[in-house]
Amino acid sequence: MQNIAFLLLRRLRAPLIVLICVYSISMLGFVLIPGMDDQGQPWDMDFFHAFYFVSFMGSTIGFGEIPYPFTDGQRMWATVTIYSSVVAWLFAIGSMLAIVQDPAFRTLHRQNRFRRSISRLSTPFYLICGYGETSSLLIRALSEAGIRSVVIESNQERLNALELEDYPIPVPGLCADVSLPEILILGGIKHKNCIGCVALTDRDPINLKVALSSKLLNPSLKVIARAETEDAELNIASFGTDEIINPFATFAGRLALALHSPSMFVLFEWMTGVPNEPLCKPLYPPHGTWILCGYGRFGKAVHEKLRAEGVSATIIEEKPEMTEAPQGTVVGRGTEASTLLEANIGEAVGIVAGTDDDSNNLSIVMTARELNPSLFIVARKNSRANAAIFQAARANLTMQRGSVIAHKIFALITTPLLAEFLRLAIKENNAWAEALIKRVSAIADDVAPQIWTVIINDKDAPAFNRALASGSQPSIKALYVHPRYREKSLPIFPLLLKRKDSEILLPDETTPLAQDDQLLLCGQHDIRSQMEWVLNNDEVFHYIHTGEERAQGWLWQKFVAKKANRNK
Amino acid sequence: MNLEKVVFAFFILLALTLNFGFFLGDIDVPHHHSVYELFAAIVVSLIATILKFGDRTHLGALLLATSLVADLQLILAAVVWAFAEHITGTGMTPAVMAVIVSLSGGALLANITSVLLLVAETMTVRS
Repeated sequence: MQNIAFLLLRRLRAPLIVLICVYSISMLGFVLIPGMDDQGQPWDMDFFHAFYFVSFMGSTIGFGEIPYPFTDGQRMWATVTIYSSVVAWLFAIGSMLAIVQDPAFRTLHRQNRFRRSISRLSTPFYLICGYGETSSLLIRALSEAGIRSVVIESNQERLNALELEDYPIPVPGLCADVSLPEILILGGIKHKNCIGCVALTDRDPINLKVALSSKLLNPSLKVIARAETEDAELNIASFGTDEIINPFATFAGRLALALHSPSMFVLFEWMTGVPNEPLCKPLYPPHGTWILCGYGRFGKAVHEKLRAEGVSATIIEEKPEMTEAPQGTVVGRGTEASTLLEANIGEAVGIVAGTDDDSNNLSIVMTARELNPSLFIVARKNSRANAAIFQAARANLTMQRGSVIAHKIFALITTPLLAEFLRLAIKENNAWAEALIKRVSAIADDVAPQIWTVIINDKDAPAFNRALASGSQPSIKALYVHPRYREKSLPIFPLLLKRKDSEILLPDETTPLAQDDQLLLCGQHDIRSQMEWVLNNDEVFHYIHTGEERAQGWLWQKFVAKKANRNK
Repeated sequence: MNLEKVVFAFFILLALTLNFGFFLGDIDVPHHHSVYELFAAIVVSLIATILKFGDRTHLGALLLATSLVADLQLILAAVVWAFAEHITGTGMTPAVMAVIVSLSGGALLANITSVLLLVAETMTVRS
């Protein structure tokens, strides 16, 4: 570890030595030059008075000629020392300021401050590499759930945005090249409280390097990486990265889901909601021909998904040669009426304004609505800063890539079992999703439901585990019986039961539990703490199981036992 | 030959020799001990300290520590001198001189350690 104090001292060697030399020569001069006291007797200055005089003269305080008025010889020497001490001081102060301004010194200082704040972290945290729209949403969601995060970003301007953002928990940030392993170590990748690393920079090679280094430096870490191309995706997957997110495919997939099976879309949005988020309402997009504006990375992914779903789409693209748009593409931006009319907007049922420019997207939305008021409009929002105007544009569905990705990562981080649930759920049909949505809305209070995992073991559910060990056979339903009124249930239901290698989607409530079962539960926001009573407290468990309240204290137990004996 | 090493060794040795020169003589006889020599010893000792700044090796840290001890002892001796001469008004008595010289004797020990460390370092590098 580099020590700032030592660096400072080493750079200050020359000015300090100059200062000491000037002072000592000045003092010696005053001691040697003959003086005179107030009676005109010869008087030599001693070291004590010389040190006093040089000290106040050197610092330009200037108390005058002390203790007796100087002789001409002394005055001449004082003139010399005044100039030399001022120059020595200027040199010393100038060097000190130069060191403090030095970029290398400042970087060192920032790194040291960052290292200190990391080493002080005493709660689990995630290391997030790259700070942008997605990261900021993710960090906000994490900090609202009480999980800390640490950010490393190579662009100072973006990092300034982090400092201005007002998160509930302070987020330490460092401007450094994250592809260097030592920077990852500085960011706490080997810290005992580091639970995961999220590589969210916008360059695949860097994400690959971060994922690889994290897995090597700390194999127990959960690593989530972003990859834009399939090639990078496969590469990152090859060394055991836990989750890989392709932002364009994920976002396009979610959009296609919204068009094809709206209930499933709503279900996904609800399940991956962040704390305190209002629930979105189900939408019912019409079936027919769609218009897709923009055929970039996002447009391509959407087109592919739409084709897979059997939806036909007309593409509008400004530069069809560069983006290799298919035959029948209308050339233009889509912001002007003529292009939209050429794409036969009168016959279309919906339009996706999916360019990477927010102004163009808004313009497409406005023009399209004028030409065909009954259109179902989907707008892609690129920057969160434009949220207000997108809200005013009243598109039927506004989607932001950053938010979709951030929600997905948040869900993966906080409830690992949710990923498996969603993977199974996507295979079901829309009607299944609709039925499930009804169940969820019956328990949720207009805010996103809470999804969490319970494992039947000594740590998560000690009361249940002990009961199972002693031979009783509680069912899933017993998990969320109301802890005070056993005939009632808490607003919770199971989404997924994982037992060894088998997974049961929406298990029956009467299924008996076994040890080490993993359950994904969905419940009203904030209801979880009530359920913890049943999981942890033997007495509460006994009450909900048998309906009798057991005596708890030693004295009362004796009393009850005696009473029972007498009654026999 | 390295000029930096020459300057470094020069100041460390000079600090020791000046200190020894001041220490030499009967402990309670004021005219055996020159005030100029004490002054020179303090200045050279301070310069030697600054030359040792910023060396992050273990030996560098030890050298800096011995130098700081020598500075402390010598400055304390100078303060005692100024106190006796100007503040309490007792003047230079044998008792005060004994205190000053014994303080400089402590500094002498620290300076000897410094030189020994320097010699030891040179031996390990240049043998």
